[in-house]
Amino acid sequence: MKLNRRGFLGATAGAAAAASLSAPMVHAAGMGKPKVVVIGGGAGGATCARYIAKDSKGAIDVTLVEPTRTYYTCFFSNLYMAGFRELGSIGHSYGKLASEYGINVVHDWAVNIDREAKTVSLAGGATLSYDRLVLSPGIDFVDGAVEGWDITKQNKMPHAYKAGSQTELLKAQIEAMPQGGTYAMVAPPNPFRCPPGPYERISMVAHILKDRNPTAKIIIADPKEKFSKQGLFQDGWSRHYDGMIEWVGPDFGGNNVSVDADAMTLTIDGEVTNVDVCNVIPAMKAGKICDMAGITEGNWAPVNAHTMQSRVDDNIHVLGDASNQGDMPKSGFAANSQAKVAAMAVRGALTDSKVFPAKFTNTCWSLIDTDDGVKVGASYEATDEKIAKVDGFISKVGEDAALRQKTYEESVGWYAGITSDMFG
Amino acid sequence: MVKIRVLIAAGLLATTASTAAANEFGDPEAGAKVFDDCKSCHSVGQGAKDRVGPQLNGIFGRRAGSVDGFRYSSGLERMGKDGLIWDFTLLDRYVQNPKAFASDTRMNYRGLKDEGDRANLLAFLRQYSDDPGNIPEAAPTITGTDHAIDPGILAIQGDPEYGEYLSSECTSCHQLSGANDGIPGIIGWPAEDFVIAMHAYKDEFRPHPVMQMMAGRLSNDEIAALAAYFEAVE
Repeated sequence: MKLNRRGFLGATAGAAAAASLSAPMVHAAGMGKPKVVVIGGGAGGATCARYIAKDSKGAIDVTLVEPTRTYYTCFFSNLYMAGFRELGSIGHSYGKLASEYGINVVHDWAVNIDREAKTVSLAGGATLSYDRLVLSPGIDFVDGAVEGWDITKQNKMPHAYKAGSQTELLKAQIEAMPQGGTYAMVAPPNPFRCPPGPYERISMVAHILKDRNPTAKIIIADPKEKFSKQGLFQDGWSRHYDGMIEWVGPDFGGNNVSVDADAMTLTIDGEVTNVDVCNVIPAMKAGKICDMAGITEGNWAPVNAHTMQSRVDDNIHVLGDASNQGDMPKSGFAANSQAKVAAMAVRGALTDSKVFPAKFTNTCWSLIDTDDGVKVGASYEATDEKIAKVDGFISKVGEDAALRQKTYEESVGWYAGITSDMFG
Repeated sequence: MVKIRVLIAAGLLATTASTAAANEFGDPEAGAKVFDDCKSCHSVGQGAKDRVGPQLNGIFGRRAGSVDGFRYSSGLERMGKDGLIWDFTLLDRYVQNPKAFASDTRMNYRGLKDEGDRANLLAFLRQYSDDPGNIPEAAPTITGTDHAIDPGILAIQGDPEYGEYLSSECTSCHQLSGANDGIPGIIGWPAEDFVIAMHAYKDEFRPHPVMQMMAGRLSNDEIAALAAYFEAVE
């Protein structure tokens, strides 16, 4: 199927004009193939690289820069922690992206971006030039967000908010808790990656402790008045883990905390509590490379909703958690959805392929206990101002067990779907 | 320090699958005659057994796809797990056009178009169900709506290229390998069935919140484009 040089599809894509900020530019002849560099191999970057390579059918050179050889998805890492998944089942390699899609996969860190020269420098010394750059670096933590914690404390007080060894560490710490011990979480302020994530994690920690350590306590210090799927989680906690979980919101000092990794204490509003595990999830910001590129405003990189182009530089697209795009949550599903819009825009710009109006979707499933799954989702459209929510739904308190089981099974199906959409 | 313990009185929400119910309840005697057409596959009443189709005692209030030991289509089984409980409205829709309701249903029946015949049939079947849900007491139903798809919609020639682009929204969940775990495979689906199913979600004729949302924002042309694309995927 040939996509080139057909212009806009009249009847079905009437709004396509709005989706394209500038007239599609055909790459100048005689300069070789247009080059796209994608930084970050997660739900945004891997998907985007794959779609550009797949749909351009070799017309665009795609390089994917990702430091890790095995990528562990943050989504489902809570399920690994609680024993619902093996670690290997949430780890993915980039072999197919290289072998089946011809993507140049480079395992290295991007350390500098020269927007004038349109080049990316890698820690290993190489320099990559690009016609379009896609940044999908995920999140980093805000320095000094939680008093007493910095990245050097992450072994004693793991965040486990980038999956892999941190997740393994947190799992081991929870399993090693003394009988009747205390697990504490310092929850992050908005906006942050995976809004239901901390609360699914609480559910999974409780699931572990219910069996092996039933007198253990769980404390959450939370700076937020309310959180994602709150009604569903709290209903689930009271049904499955009654009396085990204490949520301390900002009215009771949840926004005034400090930790001491040597003493293993958590201090909430001046009151010191000894804890056995302290899972500190600090405030977040766009992955550092966005700062280095000079495309952030505040903690995030603002983008144009029609194309996911940076508001600062048209040659850069920013996907997923790192972007400030409007109404979508920072989730793997959202990054995957945004990646396809960006891939289309990039191809349109570099090869004059058709560009259709942007559409976005997100669904977040969470597991509360065995076979008790819930979900929330919405659809979105691009406006000149932002990605704007169109419609949504959420699971209901009081749904019967068969539906909750079905929702969980659906999430397992989704995991298989999105990871094959990312990695081929 | 005062801490609050999370304690929630979960107000159980009644889950009713239907938003409307029968307008005019039918005549069970007339319905017994209509049922003659169903008898080659279904039995009802004392000693009823599963045959080509499941036995129909207690069908009102029964979860879809739930008769032990009966081999259902995956579609009906999934609807049951989604929480579909047969009531007058849903049975009426199903009998009206089984394939529109559940594309892969094994019920090889073209559908009963006459609203009165359906009301009579369901009145007859209802005699063999305890506590028959929302009939005939509940509010008037929407049974006047014709859920047959407008031939003009079925005639739209989809653009598979556009469908390919739109399909990227589907493949976040539905695998192009056709794998069928937790989320059904949709590749190679005959275009007409695809269109009927998507319009059934769009009209909220089929239950499932994600699919109602996805289909709800697709235009007729977009559904046709997706149908053309997915039919051609191998």
